[in-house]
Amino acid sequence: MKDLPMIEQSAALAADISVQPPAAGASARARRLSRVKERIIESILLLAALSSVAITLGIVGILIYESSTFFAHVSLRAFLTDTLWTPLFASPRFGIMPLVAGTLVTTAVALAVALPIGTIVAIYLSEFAPAVVREVLKPALELLSAVPTVVYGYFALQFMSPLLQKLIPGLPTFNMLSAGAVMGIMIIPYVSSLSEDAMRAVPMALREGAYALGANRIITALKVVYPSALSGIVASYILAISRAIGETMIVAIAAGMQPNLTFDPREPAATITAFIVQVSLGDLPHGSIGYQSIFAAGLTLFVMTLAFNILGYVLRKRFREAY
Amino acid sequence: MSDFKRIIAKRKRQDLVFKLIGILCTLVGIVTLGALLVDLIADGIGRLDLGFLTSFPSRFAERAGILSSWVGTLLIMIVTAFTAVPLGVAAGVYLEEYAGKNWLTNLIEINIANLAGVPSIIYGLMALGLLVYKFRLGQSVLTGGLTLAFLILPIVIVATREALRTIPQGIRESAYALGSTKWQVVRHHLLPYSVGGTMTGIIIALSRAIGETAPLITIGALTFIAFLPPPPVQAAPPFISFDWLWSPFSVLPIQMFNWVSRPDQEFVVNAAAAGLVLILVTLSLNAIAIIIRYRVRKRIKW
Repeated sequence: MKDLPMIEQSAALAADISVQPPAAGASARARRLSRVKERIIESILLLAALSSVAITLGIVGILIYESSTFFAHVSLRAFLTDTLWTPLFASPRFGIMPLVAGTLVTTAVALAVALPIGTIVAIYLSEFAPAVVREVLKPALELLSAVPTVVYGYFALQFMSPLLQKLIPGLPTFNMLSAGAVMGIMIIPYVSSLSEDAMRAVPMALREGAYALGANRIITALKVVYPSALSGIVASYILAISRAIGETMIVAIAAGMQPNLTFDPREPAATITAFIVQVSLGDLPHGSIGYQSIFAAGLTLFVMTLAFNILGYVLRKRFREAY
Repeated sequence: MSDFKRIIAKRKRQDLVFKLIGILCTLVGIVTLGALLVDLIADGIGRLDLGFLTSFPSRFAERAGILSSWVGTLLIMIVTAFTAVPLGVAAGVYLEEYAGKNWLTNLIEINIANLAGVPSIIYGLMALGLLVYKFRLGQSVLTGGLTLAFLILPIVIVATREALRTIPQGIRESAYALGSTKWQVVRHHLLPYSVGGTMTGIIIALSRAIGETAPLITIGALTFIAFLPPPPVQAAPPFISFDWLWSPFSVLPIQMFNWVSRPDQEFVVNAAAAGLVLILVTLSLNAIAIIIRYRVRKRIKW
């Protein structure tokens, strides 16, 4: 082919290509093969995405399955109205109220710390702080949620509790106040980061409108930015509540392990989560009523967080502002 | 006119007062973090030496160490990473690049958002009922690793999706224009370009898993263990062994919890030292994640 003129060469090449039906068939087969491969890959990826649904089904299924054997022994009425929770005693009583009370009190203390502080920090970072300060402080605060909770438990018991004992005479070493307070500080970044994101998403024109009417920064922040970002802020509050209800190690270490039906944060009391930990530490035989009781407690916890998540979903829709 | 000036001065004063309150509130968090670190260092630094890292737990506080628990943490993390990363990245790619707008996609998305709000101890209960007793995996490293993998799966999925979302549409269109298939676009372009963001999410997820205590206590991890799982590499053929997957285990945070709940002050010192190791690991992982995020953001300008 070498000594043929250029045109003839390319003509020969063209002929070469056109007279290759087997090659065309091969490429069609290759294309079909690659289409099959694409379908297989897509199915694998879909399966991976569905695994998260399987996890949810596993959680709900196991909680209901194990609790159903529990509720075959214990009436739902006794579970909800009895004021004693002593499932491991010789004559066991199964009233969840003391554990729910412990959970609610520690959660309330945590929220009393986290919601106001977190909101103020969010307003400060979003409306007042210079960009440089914000870029440093935000990740620094987020480190608070990176500390393992067992370390916070140690801090609550060994640092916060002695500190509060100096302020409140007669405070026992194990108490819901110090556990709740430390938990609240841990939750601050959940509130502040998400709320700040929501506030920064509020269009600048709204602020400028307020300034033009003579408002200062703080009035603008409270009367214009905060209400406009309420949907996102409520979402951050709900997340904080879920975290506080489900938090385990801080309360297990610092709030005490005795079920105690009280609403006084200065007293020690076990939460739902602390009870589950306490039972799991011992070696309970599979299928015993004590073993089933942790699933009933877990189901209660799951229902509580689910209720708050649904409430959050409704509130978010209710407060959504579109720009 | 002086009225006007007085009003302006008052408004400026209000701003200043709030600014101070804001700074104070921010300091509450920062100061607590500092106090926590100082407290741990003051209590635990004296106990932290090579012997502490290479000794088994013991009845005698001054001889006790964290060998079995940090090895346990390491093995658990291997299982967790090898499960959660492929699963989470695959799920993220599916939801971001493949999924159509239909009820199934909606279901998966709502489900992932809800999973992120489920308390970690609930995952432990699920693993206890399902993995330990139904699937008979036992109270093993495998069960522990899978439990934490399920726990961090939503974080990995969300991080992958966010990283993919930052890649401009033009990249995908150019690749399609050159005849790429969907998988080729994902494999050759989207995954490599999103690796920084995804890595950041994975590291943060793993650092959270390292600190998790409650779910592992729930599935029945040991609080006192004086032997190591069988090593993964062996002298005799076939050289690689997976027996460690079936071994009982303890992890660092459980060891710390065990020591902290003893009344004996000497064990509390051990707890502080273990906590110091734990917090050093998690904070450095977070630092690495922040650095990666910063460098990615600086290097890639679409």
